[in-house]
Amino acid sequence: MPDLVIQATYFLGALLFILGLKQMSSPVTARRGIVWAGVGMVLATLITYFHHEINHNYILMTVAIAIGGIIAYVSGKKVAMTDMPQMIALYNGMGGGAAAAIAAVVLIQQQPMSLTVQTLAVVGALIGTVAFSGSLIAFFKLQGIMKGVIRFPMQQWMNALVFVITLTFGLAIILSGTQYEMSSLAIFFVLALVFGVLMTVPIGGADMPVVISLYNALTGLAVGFEGFVLENPAMMIAGIVVGSAGTLLTQLMAKAMNRPITNVLFSNFGDGGSGESSDVSGSMKEIDSTDVAVMMAFAEKVIVIPGYGMAVAQAQHKVWEMTKQLQERGVSVKFAIHPVAGRMPGHMNVLLAEAGVPYDIIYDLDEINDEFATTDVVLVIGANDVVNPAARTDANSPIYGMPILNADYAKNVIVVKRGKGAGFSGIENHLFFADNTRMLYGDGQAVASELVSNIKEL
Amino acid sequence: MEGFVALYIFMLAAVTGYEIISKVPVILHTPLMSGSNFIHGIVLVGAMVAMGHAETTTQTVIGFIAVVLAAGNAVGGYVVTERMLEMFKSSNSNNKDKKEG
Repeated sequence: MPDLVIQATYFLGALLFILGLKQMSSPVTARRGIVWAGVGMVLATLITYFHHEINHNYILMTVAIAIGGIIAYVSGKKVAMTDMPQMIALYNGMGGGAAAAIAAVVLIQQQPMSLTVQTLAVVGALIGTVAFSGSLIAFFKLQGIMKGVIRFPMQQWMNALVFVITLTFGLAIILSGTQYEMSSLAIFFVLALVFGVLMTVPIGGADMPVVISLYNALTGLAVGFEGFVLENPAMMIAGIVVGSAGTLLTQLMAKAMNRPITNVLFSNFGDGGSGESSDVSGSMKEIDSTDVAVMMAFAEKVIVIPGYGMAVAQAQHKVWEMTKQLQERGVSVKFAIHPVAGRMPGHMNVLLAEAGVPYDIIYDLDEINDEFATTDVVLVIGANDVVNPAARTDANSPIYGMPILNADYAKNVIVVKRGKGAGFSGIENHLFFADNTRMLYGDGQAVASELVSNIKEL
Repeated sequence: MEGFVALYIFMLAAVTGYEIISKVPVILHTPLMSGSNFIHGIVLVGAMVAMGHAETTTQTVIGFIAVVLAAGNAVGGYVVTERMLEMFKSSNSNNKDKKEG
């Protein structure tokens, strides 16, 4: 096949990726976007069979595609929506590993390359390998295979030391042209793997989304760099676009959590503020679900603030059923989503969408925060830190400065909670003690079912 | 490839990626991260090339691993993104474009 056809197909593929990504940035066209990008991928993959640099291994190659493809297809179809973040981490790690493996093949062949190309090959290898092992650790953590965070004294120094040694090996490989030893290449890859692990183990679960997003951007960069090495424009463009889009996405996520990216990577959550809970006045006042049902059914305006706890309790379907009942009674119901609700920005939207909640009654923080003052009832279900007024008032609180949903401004706040203890982050929530707050204890799904049947009986 | 041509591609692609994401509502952050995760699955193309001109058994094995991983990235990324986006629907087609921009 003439090279022109192949190059034209790659061009078309890259164009479809960019247009697809653009479409994915609006909820109305998003589905079309992924299909376009998918078409681009299939075209680029098929045409590669005719690539002039490929001269053997066709069958083995097809077998490999089938193995990777089938495993990923089955696991991707089976995974629960709540577990999406770790699957993204896993697939991302695979991409990083693939980019690193490409670099390994190129570097083992020791063909003469220009200094620039050799540098890109080595840097791409480093980034891809770190993204690979780092993403796997992120997957293990979110999947619960690996629990807690691992910290030891002088950790940051040790990580820095490993990084510097890795860089030294990389630099030596770049500068020695084709004269480097295979053993130093192997050591370079092993060190990069170790660095990815070391960098990720001290990071806590709450910060994982930011880290996954960062590794996603890094894999993009690695793919882009290896694209330069292989002179493959589709890889170059797609990789760099993802690298820059992913970097911005990482920044947006870190900003939504009010955690500079450097804090996520190099410091430990909760180390900043004093660990002691500042004085909380008042007490928690209990309420039962019959009263809550009455309160909401006769309200004009209700806002539901869902958190990850709701998704874990699988309560979103019941909550949507309750919402429909209230809407039939003429109550205006809106959902308020904090940027970090769920495990990733937008994750809660996906979970609500799964239950059938239409996206146009779901509002984000900036859109809805002024409405709380005119709201009759706010139902907080499975959320905690994102409604803690301490973020506004208590400079000692570890979450001080984080933008929160102003649930406390509403006339009545109902908090659905399993027990009386502090939340995921262990920070005392001042909202629970406020005069206009009532606590509704119980499992999210059980409480939501009770509310549904109580409203029905009214 | 000419150094400067490569640099131009790098710059334009970086700006494109930045521009696409900068106007996205939070609601789409996770699907979009997943979508971009799928797009770097294009590494499959490079993995195929690496495997297709492997010279030794070691290189073939590494190339094979690269293709398996890359295919997993591409297929898994697509399936997961598609499943997420499948769920976005509107209750009322009149205010469909309310959340855009």
